[in-house]
Formats: sequence, C-alpha cells, structure tokens
Amino acid sequence: MGSTNSTLLKIPNVEVLMQETGLKLVAEENCLNVSPAHIIRLHDRFKALDKEGRGHLCPHDFGAIKELAMNPIGDRIIGAFFSPGKETVDFHTFVKILAHFRPVDKDRPKEPNSPEPINSRSNKLKFAFQLYDQDKDGKISRDELLQVLRAMLGMQVTDEQLESIADRTIQEADLDRDDTISFEEFRKSLEKINIDHKMSIRFLR
Amino acid sequence: MASSVYLCLLRAVFLVCFVNPLIQGLSEDESVFQNPHHQQEENLTGLPIVTFKWHHVETPYLVIIWVFVAGLAKLSVVELNHHVISVVPESGLLIILGFILGGIVWGADRAQTFKLLPPTFFYYLLPQIILDASYFMPNKLFFSNLGAILIYAIFGTCWNAATVGLSLWGCYEAGVMGNLDIGLLQFLLFGSLIAAVDPVAVIAVFEEVHVNEVLFILVFGESLLNDGVTVVLYNVFDAFVALGGPRIDAAEIFKGIFSFVVVAFGGSFLGIGFAILLSLLTRCTKHIQIIEAGFVFVVGYLAYLTAEMLSLSAILSITFCGICCQKYVNANMDEKSVTTVRHAMKLLANGSETMIFLFLGVTAIDTEIWVWNTGFILLTLLFVFIYRIIGTFLFTWMLNKFRLVPIEVIDQVVMSYGGLRGAVAYGLAALLDEDKIPEKNLMISTTLIVVYFTVILQGITMKPLVQWLKVKRAAHSDLKLIEKLNNRAFDHILAAVEDICGRIGDNWWTRGWNRFEENYISWLLMKPKARKNRDYLFSIFHKLNLEDAINYVSEGERQGSLAFSRSDEAANVDFKKQFGSEFADVMPNIMVDMSNYELGIEHFSVTSIVKDTIPSVSLDIHGQDRKNAMDDINAHHLLQQHLYRSRKHQHRHKYSRSHFSINQNEDEVQEIFQRTMRSRLESFKSTKMGVNPAKKITKHHKKELTHKVVDLPFDKTGAINSTFMRDTYTVGAGIENPVFLPDMDSPTHSPPWLMETEAVAPSQRAQRRLPWTPNRLRRLAPMRISTCSTDSFLMADVSLTLEEHEEHSQTDHVEM
Repeated sequence: MGSTNSTLLKIPNVEVLMQETGLKLVAEENCLNVSPAHIIRLHDRFKALDKEGRGHLCPHDFGAIKELAMNPIGDRIIGAFFSPGKETVDFHTFVKILAHFRPVDKDRPKEPNSPEPINSRSNKLKFAFQLYDQDKDGKISRDELLQVLRAMLGMQVTDEQLESIADRTIQEADLDRDDTISFEEFRKSLEKINIDHKMSIRFLR
Repeated sequence: MASSVYLCLLRAVFLVCFVNPLIQGLSEDESVFQNPHHQQEENLTGLPIVTFKWHHVETPYLVIIWVFVAGLAKLSVVELNHHVISVVPESGLLIILGFILGGIVWGADRAQTFKLLPPTFFYYLLPQIILDASYFMPNKLFFSNLGAILIYAIFGTCWNAATVGLSLWGCYEAGVMGNLDIGLLQFLLFGSLIAAVDPVAVIAVFEEVHVNEVLFILVFGESLLNDGVTVVLYNVFDAFVALGGPRIDAAEIFKGIFSFVVVAFGGSFLGIGFAILLSLLTRCTKHIQIIEAGFVFVVGYLAYLTAEMLSLSAILSITFCGICCQKYVNANMDEKSVTTVRHAMKLLANGSETMIFLFLGVTAIDTEIWVWNTGFILLTLLFVFIYRIIGTFLFTWMLNKFRLVPIEVIDQVVMSYGGLRGAVAYGLAALLDEDKIPEKNLMISTTLIVVYFTVILQGITMKPLVQWLKVKRAAHSDLKLIEKLNNRAFDHILAAVEDICGRIGDNWWTRGWNRFEENYISWLLMKPKARKNRDYLFSIFHKLNLEDAINYVSEGERQGSLAFSRSDEAANVDFKKQFGSEFADVMPNIMVDMSNYELGIEHFSVTSIVKDTIPSVSLDIHGQDRKNAMDDINAHHLLQQHLYRSRKHQHRHKYSRSHFSINQNEDEVQEIFQRTMRSRLESFKSTKMGVNPAKKITKHHKKELTHKVVDLPFDKTGAINSTFMRDTYTVGAGIENPVFLPDMDSPTHSPPWLMETEAVAPSQRAQRRLPWTPNRLRRLAPMRISTCSTDSFLMADVSLTLEEHEEHSQTDHVEM
C-alpha cells in the first residue's frame, strides 16, 4: 500500500476526485467497493495517452486510439470528454467522465442532501443523451437523430430509408408531438432497458 | 365449455374401451395367430379373401397406436387445463394420465408390456427435444451467461452428486435404511444419476411460468450442459463399481477426471463440427429447397448418434450443433424452409415430451420394479432438495463476486426450486446393470418417486411460488425501434469507453468475436446473398413495417372492404375510435400508403388520396381508369386477403414449447407483401413506358427530392411507404420495362422486382414522385420472395392486366 499511497499523492486533488466519482480510497469489506488501484490505473492510462506529457489531453490524443476511429460514434464520445469551449481534458475531468460507467452501487445509503452520484442511472442516461444532442439544446431533433443513424447504419441504407427510420423513431418516442425527443421522453422510452447493465464497465467498480 | 369437457370424457372412454383392449388383445393373441396362419397355409382349401395379418404389422402398429394415444392424451390434458383448472402443469397431468393408462394395460395383461425402455428414450424421444431447445436458444443471452451456466452445470452437478451420495451412504452406515446390498460406490453412482437437472422437465414447467430471461437461461442452460458431467460421472462410477473397490487408485481417479474433459469437450466440438457441416450444406441447397429443411433434423440426429457412438456426451453434441447452426441455417435457407423447420421441430419436440411424460406414468404401474424402502426414498428426497438449495446459494455467492449484474436472492430461490429431475435420471437408472447393482429396483423406484415429486409437486407449486416471491417476470418487450437503436448505441459507447480506458473488458471479447465471425465464419458458412442482408437495425425497421402492414390489412377486412381507402376522413375517425391514440397516428398514414401504393406513390397525407381518386385534379382519364382498376384490384384483394387474420404485437417469448409467436405471421406477411407488390406491378404495366421517361424521371426526381421534405410536414411515419422507397436512379441509358419489350415472357419467369436490373419503369404518377424500385428490396433483410414460386395468381393477373390495359397504353401522360 505504501507505493500506492505515494503514487496517489502525485495525482492532484485526489481526495476530491474520489469523493466526487465514488472510486474509493480504502477497500472496505463490502466487496462492491473498489481498491484505489483503479485511479492509479486510469492515471497511468492518462499519462500513456498524453504522449507529449503536457498533463492534459486534446482531441488528437484520443484520435490516436485506433479502435476508436473505427467506432461509428467514436468522435461523439471523444467530444463528450471536452466541455464546450475547452480544448483540453485534464485528469480530473477524464476520470469524472469515465465514472459514468461505474456499475451502480446498490448499497449506497440514500442521503437526501447529497448530490446524485455520477454513475446513477439518470446520469448515465444524460450522458447518452448528450451524445445524440450535439447542439446541447436539451432536445434531439430529427437532424441530430439522422446523423446518428447515418453513422450507425450501414452504407447500403439510402437516405430516404434513413429518414423514414428517423421519423419512425421519433414518432415512437415523441409524446408531446414536437417532433423532437426531450430528455424525459428519451428516458421514458428506455425504461425497459437495463441501463445499469448496458452502460457499465465492470472493472471500474 | 361443456362440449369440450364432454369431448375429453369421450376421448377417455375411447382410450379406455377401445384402444387398450385392442392392444392387449392383439399382443396376447399374437401367438395364437401365428399358428392358424401356418395351419391355413397347409389347409388352404379355398382362396382367403381377407386375412388378418397382425404379426406383419405388429411393431409399427403398436408404435403408432401409442403415438396416437399420446396425442389424444395431450389433447385431453390441454383441454382440461383450459376449461377446468390449470393448476397442475401439463407434464404432471400427463404423468397422471399415464398412471391410468398403465393401470389399464396392467389390468389387462398382469404385466407391464409397455415400458419406457432406455434405448427408446435415449435414441428416439430425447434428441428432438434437445435439438428443439438448442435451435431456439437465445444465443446472445446464453453466451453472455455462459460462465455462470458452466459453474452451475459442472460444479453444481458434482456437488449434488457427491453430497447426495455421501449423505445417503452415511445414513446407510448409520443403519437408517435397514439391510441393503449396497456400497459406497453404488451410492455415489446413484447420486450421480439423480443429481442431474433435467432439461425436459425444466422446459415443461418453466414454460408455463414466465420468469425473467436471465433466470430462465441459467436454469435451462445448466440443465442442458450438465449432461456432460452426468454422463462422465455415471460412466466413471459404473466402471468403478464393476472394477470393485480395491482396484481404484489415483490413476483411475485421474483417468476419471480426464475423461470428463474428453467427453465434454469432445462432445461439444463434435456438435460444432456438425453445425459447420449443416451450415455448409444449407449454403448449397438452393435448388432443392423442398427438402433442405430435412437436413437440419438429419444432421442434428447424426450429431447425437455419433457422439453416443464415441461415448462422448450426446446431449452436448446436439446442443452445440443446434446453437451454432441456427444463425447460418436461418440465413441460408429459404423462408419457407425456415418455417418448416420451426414447425416441424416444435411438433416433434412437443410430441416427444408428451410421450415421455406419458410413459413415465405408464412405467410406474409395474409391480416388478417397486421396492419400497422408506428410509432410502425419503432421505433421497430430502437430500436432493436440500443440497440443491445449498449448492445453488453457495455457487451464486461465489459468482456474484464476478458478475456485473448480481443474481438476486429471489432468483436463487427459484433456481434451487427449479432443479427438477426427469426422464433422463430414470433412463440412466433403468440402464443400470442388475448383476453389478443388486439394488437396481430400489434405485429405479426412488428415481421415479423423485421424478414424480419434482415434476408434479414442484411443478404445481412453482407458479404460485413465483408469484408469491414477486420474481421478475419476462419483460414483454415490444420491438421498438428506439430501443433497438439505443441498444446498439450503448454497445458502441461501451466499446469506445473500453478503448479509451485501455482495458480489455467483456465487450472487447464480444466485439473481437463479432468481427472475426463477420469476416471469416460468415463468409464461409453463409450464402453471399444472405450476408448482404444482415444490417440489423434495418431488418428491425423492416419487420416493424410489415407488422404495420398486417395490422392495416386486417383492419381493412374488419371494416368490410378496402372501401375506406376511397373515402377519406371517415375512415380515419373509425381507426381512431377503435385503436385509440396508439394507432391513430400510424394507421391513417398507412392506410393512405396502402391505397396509393397501387398508384405507385409513397409520401402523402390523407388529402392526397382524395386528390388521387377524384379524377379531376391530375390524371383525368387515366385517373378514372385507374380508379376502376383499383376497384377491380380491391375486390381481388378482398377475396384473397380474406384468409388472413389480424395480428397484434405478440411478445417475444421465446421459450415456450408450444408457441413461438414472434414471427408467426411471416409467411402471411410475405404473401401480403407479394400481393401488394403484384398490384404495384399491375399499376406499372398500366402505363406505357419506353426509354424516354428516363430523362424526365431524373429531372423530376431531383426537383421532387428537394421538394419532398418540405411538402409534407406531417408525414411522420415510415411505415409501409418506406419499404417502397424511392430509388436514387442511376441515370442510365434508359429504363427497360420488360413488360413492354418484345419478348413478353420475362414477367412470367420472374417478377420484375426480382431482377437485378432496373427493370420496372415508373408509372406516370411515379414520375412525379418516384416509387421504390423492386430491386432495392434486396436490401430489406429477411424478406425473400422465392424466384421459383409458381404463383398462378401472378401469372393470371399478369395476363389479365396486360389485356386490360392494352388499349390504355396509347394515352398520353401528362407530366405533373
């Protein structure tokens, strides 16, 4: 644990980070809580991505990850790391975004005053919603949906077919008939999906 | 309701009075008849007009009679369940009915002539059930839970076998069971045969209790895969018993463990090998589509028997054969063959299951096998039950440390309660060698009691238990496009995040496998045509459209005719009334689509229908003619479509033995599709098209394309119209409409929409807004229209409409 501690000290604001993301420092008896190794691993990964050693990442660092380039919505996800206007991602933000993908803690005591943890279902959904909603107006418009569909569907689908799919998708989810999907409608349409399962990475516990 | 009860009683009476004494009489008199036959031959004085040749047909006759009886039994049981009370699961009722039948047979014969013999069971009744289970196995769910399933199957079964055997031995040593000629090894042997959870029983009971998918797959997967362990344990201990105690040393034990590896993996790989064979076969069977469905059964059975021959695990072999081949076989085979396979499998599996349970009951009525030893039997029941619970909780606790979504306590309770024993255990018990194991009858009796207990009692109480514990039930997931879309998006997101984190998570393996599979395996095993049609989201979309089409047509029939397509608002209102808001949005547009479909148009609103049918605005003479033609076609449609019934969304419950409803309507979907497309063909032919319009088309196409989006603000749905999507015409030299080419025989060979070239010229209406081109249909995933179909309708219609519209071909078509 000694070396772990010293490595941890090198990471700035590590206590705040752990507090916010829920990645705990001390391994408790409850097997659901995690060892600090994860923060260290993520820090190592951060440093590996940050080839020029500047202490923060910029988009082309992410672009260097080959598999990400082959991902249809890879560029959107990269974009999700960068807050609007900022060109760089520091370690803090990096971990915070990744914390969205921690499995949901079922045993978390419900304190009414504490802010919702980052990996709650609602926040996971918000993260996904932001991937669709590029202009951040709180609604997924038909065009935005079209773009996502175009990215995710194969090339043999013609534009008209695409538009029909988009129309139909919006129609399924759109309850207030404004031809866009708001976050609430989005959430409602995904009630049946087990978000905890679908948007969680095991080792980030 | 009364009538069906009477029917049941009648059937029972028939069974009792006629069938069984017939069998008894026949089998008894068999010997009697042989002699007179010989006598007759010697004393042949005249020509016998009719002779009674029982001994010629004896074996097949008995078999068929029993199959018939089993069918009647199932009928009675199902009727009973529907109309009286459905408390006892069907399997339980079948066993009880088997008791009755067995009683009758025994009463007539004083001996049980019809028993469930192990070879019959293992070679003729079991394989199709396993094949059915594995062919319809939800692969994704299975493989994602494979770790847990394996743990339960391997370690759970070993645990059960060991603990039950050892506890019984301990109790025997303690003297609870009295005097038995039995030893530790035999107890262990007994433990191993009673330990295995039975797939047949699990399906039978869980089918009626719809628990959530994960729970079901865990229990069911375990029951399938534990055969590997059971076979090994059984054979090992059988051999040990034969060898005798002292000869067992470390080497033998090691051999036993090694044999497990060989048997289990050998069986699985053999199954996979046969799956590859089957996929390759179906890839080449394009021209013998009529029998290609048979290959599935034949190869599956071959897999089973080959493994049995090599003393590998036969159940594992046929399981993996079914699991691995499903995807490729379904993609390669013609639609009709796929349907045939489905129906035939369900038929065979259902039939076998019925017979198994029936015979389990019949076999019980036999004084020879019953040996009652209170201690042994009761203790076995107790231990089987308790150790199942303990084992399940123990292993689940260990598993939950590694699982992403832990298995809940309630699910564990159901899992332990669902450890049903069935015919496999009985079969293994009946296979025991009496000389080596003197207490064979005791074991058989105990096994039968355990089977009855689990199937009947646990079967009865399973449903109330599930309800009482509020187990999560199977999610009735409608096939919503947005859910599918998001599912896929989430997969991508996870993949991306894993890449970013630089860690190899589960998803990495899945993705890697998917890539490998797509590139290499599919290339090898799937037909090229099938590979192209694999786009997932699009196929979902397509299915949804087709469902809408069905609903639309069925509503049309209910309305009496497709008359609403000619009127406007009124029909809309009706729809709204009947279906509520859910359909109201979709329906009017579909309705509009449908009728305009014949005119070759896609996008539109309700008002455009009015425009189209009133022969004033656009089409003048031709509009009127078209209206008449439409009447004709509508009448045609009405008649033909009268055969269809409405379908609502049926939930995707895949695990039912008797219903596999997700795509039940596929055949009819296809037919409706074919018909509507035929009508489109007719409408195309009603206009004269030559080479010229090609240029017009492109011009207007581009113009209309930009207009399209603006034009129809409230066109919200894709629905059916999207299947008939506008084509991005590649401007070629022209568009040949084979219909109007000198050689008029092409339509009769293959419909234009199946030809590779841009064979269909758009109607004049279509020039304004282009319709789909039929060849684009190839993009639409599973829809396959047989090129070899001998649709007499098609040919008749083709000739008819050709004649009809010959005179109209002169008409000049005004560009819109």
